[in-house]
Amino acid sequence: MERRKFISKSTLAILATSLGSEIVFGANLPEELKLLGLQDPDPYALFKKNKGLRILSDKPWNMEPLAHHLDEEVTSNPFIFVRNNGLVPTKIDPTTWTLTIDGESVKQIKTYSLAELKSKFEHYSYQLVIECGGNGRAEFDPPTKGNQWDIGAVYCAKWTGVRLKDVLNDVGVKPNAVYIGYHAADVHLSGDLKKEPISRGIPIAKAMQEETLLAFQMNDQDIPFVHGHPLRLVAGGYPASVSGKWLQKISVRDRVHDGEKMGGDSYRIPCTPVGPGEEVKDADMCIIESMPVKSLITYPKSGGIISKGKKLTIRGHAWAGELEVSKMEYSIDFGMTWKSGVLRKPSNRLAWQHFSAIIDFPKIGYYEVWAKATDSEGKSQPMIVPGWNPKGYLNNACHRIAIKVS
Amino acid sequence: MKKSKQKFGNFKKSFGQLNKLVIALSGLVGVGLIVSIFLLMNPSLPLFVGPDTEESGAVAVADQSEGVENGIHVATGFIDAPGMMITIQNCTSCHSSKLVIQNRMNAERWVKTIRWMQETQNLWDLGENEKIIVAYLVANYPPKKVGRRSNLEVTDWYELE
Repeated sequence: MERRKFISKSTLAILATSLGSEIVFGANLPEELKLLGLQDPDPYALFKKNKGLRILSDKPWNMEPLAHHLDEEVTSNPFIFVRNNGLVPTKIDPTTWTLTIDGESVKQIKTYSLAELKSKFEHYSYQLVIECGGNGRAEFDPPTKGNQWDIGAVYCAKWTGVRLKDVLNDVGVKPNAVYIGYHAADVHLSGDLKKEPISRGIPIAKAMQEETLLAFQMNDQDIPFVHGHPLRLVAGGYPASVSGKWLQKISVRDRVHDGEKMGGDSYRIPCTPVGPGEEVKDADMCIIESMPVKSLITYPKSGGIISKGKKLTIRGHAWAGELEVSKMEYSIDFGMTWKSGVLRKPSNRLAWQHFSAIIDFPKIGYYEVWAKATDSEGKSQPMIVPGWNPKGYLNNACHRIAIKVS
Repeated sequence: MKKSKQKFGNFKKSFGQLNKLVIALSGLVGVGLIVSIFLLMNPSLPLFVGPDTEESGAVAVADQSEGVENGIHVATGFIDAPGMMITIQNCTSCHSSKLVIQNRMNAERWVKTIRWMQETQNLWDLGENEKIIVAYLVANYPPKKVGRRSNLEVTDWYELE
């Protein structure tokens, strides 16, 4: 019966793609292939996303909003980018869901039901910025491998859950703990159940931060299933890939976690800067931790025409990984002069900050409005694409929109 | 399409050649479906419709002639050029064609990507097809010079309130 179900669900997929290759695929892979069945339908309906999001990839699912989609202060689900390394799990039962804490550096191995986690530990809510390490990859030259994110792989939602540190303290962590690594329920693209699509983690100090959550709610509702329902690790300010979705296990390690996508070029950059296109040895690559300072103009949408004499109000968000943004500036003359905008404090640490400015254009013509944020350590966004790296991470170049005054 | 029809005749006579023929039938969707369902329900049957046989090249022709608009293969979005079907057969089982199309690499880096998939992602040995696939990718998806910052592209100018 299970097999029949799989066949009927994948009928469309077989019709849509090369029949020969689908048969090769079907022959070599297990029953769990039927997971794919659910991933065939309209992704906008399936994931409740705004129709304006671009589909970067449909296997695995990757979708990206445009800058003006991210205008809300707290991003709502329809505008949140979708990033998957593997296949979205389809068999999720919160009533039987468990989280196990194990690893070399725990005093005991302990398993909690979801209900236990919710009842035993205090709940906290934070607005946290989650940005894909590869946000902005599309601008690197020579081009770098992976989904070609433009500027939209970032958002700030409100997350509710229990503190990871409270749970780790309940389990008992040995003093030699270095890192935590997550394990989750998503399925490797090849269908090989022995492989994990991704298993990343964070240093123990980040795991012990107050804002690092085992979250079960996003924006006061159950986490949408494509974003990790029923349980997700959320560590704001770090590359989004550390915030493991569909969380089943956390291993407390006595070494840097060595799970899938912790090594090679994945989420790592050269420890010392390299020229564009240079080969970098494995040993010379360092794991990305805090994300760099960055900002987005979310209003108006690029391409606006305004009449001469009218003032233009711009607004957007700025964030700086583990740090706070201390200054927000804009330029309408390609970076020759900069003026300050109004910048608000974050609603909590690791939340993005909102800025606005009122612009008076001197005469008619074509303008670009550039936005530049500066963090609390004095670092600001570059105007051109920053240092090349093999996988095209950390492009925090100034965001630009085009405006015509007529 | 002509080739496929000839093959369909053979199919009735010779069940033993099923391997090769399954591929050749891919243009005929209805029949293909029945075959695929049959095969999926009987996993013990020999199924290795090896992507490295010459026959798979033949499918390409059949499928291509049907599903191409303005030089783009409708089902996958790939540029219609020599080597496309072999690329589809070997590169879209695990992941979306969009993942390929988004990327721009030279031969060395496409090969490196293939090696990475073979070492870590369960991609099979591509045999003789590797040359064909890499040639197709380099010809159609080579690196583009974008410099340090591109002009902004605005497709729809609009009046601000």
